[in-house]
Amino acid sequence: MATTAPESRPRRPPTRGLLGGASVPDAAFRAVALAFGALVLALIAAMVAVMVQGSVHAIQRFGLGFLSGTLWSPNDRIFGALPFIYGTVVSSLLALLIATPIGLGVAIFLVEMAPHHVSNAISVLVELLAAIPSVLLGLWGIFVMVPFLQRTVEPALQAVFPGVPLFEGAPYGVGLLAAGLILAIMIVPTIVAISRDVMATVPVAQREAMLALGATPWETTRRAVLPYATSGILGAVVLGLGRALGETMAVTMVIGNRPVISPSLLEPSYTMASVLANEFTDATYDLYVSALIEIGLVLFGITILMNVAARLLVRRTARVSGRGER
Amino acid sequence: MASPALAVRPALALGRRRVVDRAMSVLFVAATVAAVTPLLLVVGYIAVQGAHGLSIALVTQLPAPVGEPGGGMGNAFVGSAILIAVASAIALPVGILSGVYLSEFGGGRFGDVLRFFTDVLTGVPSIVVGIVAYTILVVPLRSFSALSGGFALSIIMIPTVARTTEEALKRVPLTIREASLALGVHEWTTILRVVIPTGLAGIVTGAMLGIARISGETAPLLFTAFGSAFWQQGLLKPIAAVPLQIFQYAISPYTDWHEQAWAAALILMLLVLGLNVAIRAVTRTGFRTVR
Repeated sequence: MATTAPESRPRRPPTRGLLGGASVPDAAFRAVALAFGALVLALIAAMVAVMVQGSVHAIQRFGLGFLSGTLWSPNDRIFGALPFIYGTVVSSLLALLIATPIGLGVAIFLVEMAPHHVSNAISVLVELLAAIPSVLLGLWGIFVMVPFLQRTVEPALQAVFPGVPLFEGAPYGVGLLAAGLILAIMIVPTIVAISRDVMATVPVAQREAMLALGATPWETTRRAVLPYATSGILGAVVLGLGRALGETMAVTMVIGNRPVISPSLLEPSYTMASVLANEFTDATYDLYVSALIEIGLVLFGITILMNVAARLLVRRTARVSGRGER
Repeated sequence: MASPALAVRPALALGRRRVVDRAMSVLFVAATVAAVTPLLLVVGYIAVQGAHGLSIALVTQLPAPVGEPGGGMGNAFVGSAILIAVASAIALPVGILSGVYLSEFGGGRFGDVLRFFTDVLTGVPSIVVGIVAYTILVVPLRSFSALSGGFALSIIMIPTVARTTEEALKRVPLTIREASLALGVHEWTTILRVVIPTGLAGIVTGAMLGIARISGETAPLLFTAFGSAFWQQGLLKPIAAVPLQIFQYAISPYTDWHEQAWAAALILMLLVLGLNVAIRAVTRTGFRTVR
């Protein structure tokens, strides 16, 4: 997995030392660095332990019914997480639906079409978009995007698709559509960055061979580049999905925060991350806290799975095209 | 996946294939425009709206009581600085030394595992990090605190610092290490006196990237730093933070607060984007900022 340089690096000064080559200070230094590395792994293990420990109460009380319960009513000590799971999944999938074609399009533009300096400039802009704090996107979302959706986009959707359940209900502005859009803005940079890197690893000879056969640039991309990069691009999309699922602030600010399950994208909804943001400090008794932590645990579990899957996919592409790690 | 159309019907299609090629090119350019437009819209809007509310009072005064005009969020700026300092104090040693391990000794199995999970750590939702910090520090200490907020932020900062340090040190040429080792210098002295100083610019980049990443984080502070209407009162007491304040003001019904939220957003945005641009200007080769 390591690039060639560190592999060929001598592991230790070969001639010196008491401890099989490494002198005492060398071994000590190595142990310190190792300890800090291990600390990072311990941190992750501790996070898992804390989340599981915190959820035990709710897990014992509700079992699997927690995930399928549709009623969330802390006053009655009834906790069903389905509305939050629904809101999280639908808003994230909507974001993916919008961001995947755009992100992939940008990546193809950057790697296959644009001259070097244009490609670099656009890459910087896309990375800056990723750097904008979520709370600032939320601020813009509340005051600019939501009113625009409410006044212009949502009435237009209803006019074009009358009676379609997807667009029924009063146009509030806040809701699944707003959340999906803001999430799409946030995950485009992830999809662009990873799929750009993956596509850049496809050997140039591959493209030249295709062009030499008389293929147009698009045919070259489609038949010589994309098939090579498929698993990496899939990894980019899954990574984007993981990011969307766990995103908190911007979504909390535009989704409307109402725990209902509605087929309409215009209706307010609620996500797992936003219910944590809104209710965690207000949770007044143990079971309530535990139920919230269990939502966090579910979110944690899903995002970890997404991340592991995504990074394995990206690595596979890197390995296939023989460019070492990542 | 690869249909034989190209080989079987070459003549049929040349004109059409060119048209398709053009059309796809237009689509990719359109996608690029669509991706960059939100950046310009958000940055432009925050710049214009924020410029209205900018004032000295914003960064020097405490919030005015509800309903009274004026006031600022000077405490939030001080609070954010303290939170970033606490987070850096934890994340820099851990991140840099992990990075050293990954670069210098991380060729084996354990290095792979560590590298992998460090990347996975970047994907953990920040709100979950908040819960973890709450459970580990807020509950035992019985108070929301600057310390717990800084700890939460450090968890987010560590992977960025570790991986950037690793990348920076891996770029230090092997020959420099060999020259040092050949002179009989210990491996650990070589790393500390030769490798790290050579890769220092990259390590500083990692630290700056980490700070840029956490300075806008809000979710992990909701139940750790918690926010406060007063000047900071020590590491074990709740503390205000700029992103928290922006969030609270944005969802409030007061136009006065909205204006302050925009102004604070402008300052925060300039800081974060400024750091990112500076990093790119300083390191020509560029480090990965999106993981």
